Amino acid sequence: MSADDLRPNEDALHPDVQPASDESARGQDGQRLQHAEAASKPIRAPATREPQPRGAKIRGDRPIDQAEAAERFLAAPLHQKAHDERLWDVRKKRDVATQAIPEWEELRELASQIKTHTLSHLDEYLEQFEAAAKANGVHVHWAADGAEHNRIVHGILKDHGAKTLIKSKSMLTEECGFRHYMAANGIDIIETDLGERIQQLDDEEPSHVVMPAVHKTRIDVAEVFARTLGTDPTNDDAHYLAESQRMTTRPHILQADAGMTGCNFAIAETGTVVTCTNEGNADLSGNVPKLQIHSIGIEKLIPRVEHLGVFIRVLARSALGSTITQYTSHFRKPRAGSEMHMVLVDNGRSARLGMEEFWTSLKCIRCGACMNTCPVYRRSGGLSYGATYSGPIGLIIDPTFNKRKYSTLPFSSTMNGSCTNVCPVKINIHEQIFAWRKVLAEEHQIPLLKQGMMKAAGAVLSRPAAYRAAIGTADSALRALPRFAVYNPLNTWGKGREMPETPKQSFHSWYKQNRMKDGAK
Amino acid sequence: MRIGLFVPCYVDAFEPEVGIATLELLERFGLKVEYPYDQTCCGQPMTNTGCHAEAAATEALFVKNFTEFDYVVAPSGSCVHQVREHLTAIPQTDAVKAVRSKTFELVEFLHDVLKIEELPWAEFPHKVAYHNNCNSLRGIHHARPSELNAPFFSKPLDLLKKVRGIEIVDLTRPDECCGFGGTFSVFEPAVSAKMGYDKVGDQARAGADYVVSADSSCLMHQKGCAERLGLPQKFIHIAQVLNGAVA
Repeated sequence: MSADDLRPNEDALHPDVQPASDESARGQDGQRLQHAEAASKPIRAPATREPQPRGAKIRGDRPIDQAEAAERFLAAPLHQKAHDERLWDVRKKRDVATQAIPEWEELRELASQIKTHTLSHLDEYLEQFEAAAKANGVHVHWAADGAEHNRIVHGILKDHGAKTLIKSKSMLTEECGFRHYMAANGIDIIETDLGERIQQLDDEEPSHVVMPAVHKTRIDVAEVFARTLGTDPTNDDAHYLAESQRMTTRPHILQADAGMTGCNFAIAETGTVVTCTNEGNADLSGNVPKLQIHSIGIEKLIPRVEHLGVFIRVLARSALGSTITQYTSHFRKPRAGSEMHMVLVDNGRSARLGMEEFWTSLKCIRCGACMNTCPVYRRSGGLSYGATYSGPIGLIIDPTFNKRKYSTLPFSSTMNGSCTNVCPVKINIHEQIFAWRKVLAEEHQIPLLKQGMMKAAGAVLSRPAAYRAAIGTADSALRALPRFAVYNPLNTWGKGREMPETPKQSFHSWYKQNRMKDGAK
Repeated sequence: MRIGLFVPCYVDAFEPEVGIATLELLERFGLKVEYPYDQTCCGQPMTNTGCHAEAAATEALFVKNFTEFDYVVAPSGSCVHQVREHLTAIPQTDAVKAVRSKTFELVEFLHDVLKIEELPWAEFPHKVAYHNNCNSLRGIHHARPSELNAPFFSKPLDLLKKVRGIEIVDLTRPDECCGFGGTFSVFEPAVSAKMGYDKVGDQARAGADYVVSADSSCLMHQKGCAERLGLPQKFIHIAQVLNGAVA
């Protein structure tokens, strides 16, 4: 067997992401695994240390400068290249997985409709869920916002004298600032998802909803682990690093006072919380300690178990190009001798449900497919968005949390629409980005410079004489068109690109000269 | 049948040859094509920046200019997408709705309305990478986007296949956005340029002599990126190739 036998059937993988000759990346049938988690080994650490670019600068409520953070990400070419090619590879695997089932588009439609139905009857399904969960012996709590969620969980821990909590990855708890709150209250939180654990140890937010540390190279991880776990700083072998993390995290898991998971799907008829993971860490978090807590965003509801199959089929294919996650775990009743709590969290969701143009963003199942396909995200890194949710879905969700702070994000997009096409629940993401721009401009949440430029452009473009005067001669086109096409006060076009040549004559004057000799209009 | 020719502002100013090729090509099919003299722009730069109020007067002017025609044809997928999907800053009178529904991008007009069968005058013996502008691809459905599990189709490639001697080369990321994105190109210049570099690099590696597209704006951006990187491929609008451009 040669190394060539182990290469996947990919034409143009970058050398850094080409698979190594590694038996562990083979399935039971001897074929190399094609889905993304099987290809996590090969990104070779760069020979020279390139510091990991950090995320957007956060200054209170001031608008995030995503472009500035993206520029710093681009200034780290090894990171940018690895990030872009890694995620593009996941996008391609997603294409292969979705092309493999003829009913794919039908499944998307079905998933979208189930979400539409559920969100349209959310009050009823939430009550049904609560009743079913209580009947199962679960303690059910309701939190209006992130702060209340944190207080409730803290209260549960205090009641049990719990000081340590293991948890699996949950974007909802990121939204709530849960880790920071608990740290301030003397509770030790241990993240059990590998990527999330890396981010916790590096005191950084997750940059991706499915791959929290995808913006880091192995050498970055080696550096973080050496600093925090005492590993060998020169050893960036993925297996060594993963095993080191496992060995240092296991004792925490076995000794933790309480465990927590997020929720992928909450089934109303049975009161079940379903989590989908590849590391089995949600099972450890939920099943090992005597006290278990599940945090649930209220939009996670689906009516019945029969609907789960639709979402299970679209989730992993969209996220990583695998047919299913390694673990699909159902948490329904407390185990004998243990106690089970569920916290249903609103945190802005019911308000969003009332937003005519934006409520369908609540359908999101956090697969990350829109991030993987987004050409801007792949070249900016998730941390450049300075928000819990990054990439296309972040652009339309983040402003609902803070319109001023995230007012710039809907502009960090070319509105190319690829996100909408990969979305497994058919959220019209790029159309919502467009709609957000309108809302933000109307509410004067866009820079005065930008709005002023558009006002000036509108004034010129609505008056033929002014427009003609502006571009009448070829040379002045570059000075005039400017307002809407080529120029701004910083001449940002010319910084990265050559300027277009100006032709001798506009189409308009050509037409006048060649087609209007007879005076006909 | 009266055809109104819309020549978008950046085509007017920077790529007059594209406007001329569009006019001549339509005339080759025996159509009477008129160019309303007071035209300017479709309103897209303002609308895409969220500034709908600022676009209203420009949109009204567009409708006024093109009301009297049976069809409005423009060599730009993104402008046609704007007219069809986003020309909403003014009250939606019957006249406005009519103009919006009868505005066609050149490729779809040739492919779907005229249903042309041959282009005997067209010969382009070069290796060509076709660039699907995102609005043309996902907004007005020129072709099957790579994300969807649906049968393959491509209106621009159908037309280009009628051109003698042309050889289409494949890109590794066939419909990845090139990063122009209208005002995105000036407000997010670093990411925009990087996307452009990656796109033109892909084209060069595919061995393309020419890049052909239904949108001059993307081509203008890509050309600027290719020149900055010193890459050899040239850029030409599909109207020029279909009109028999000799290059």
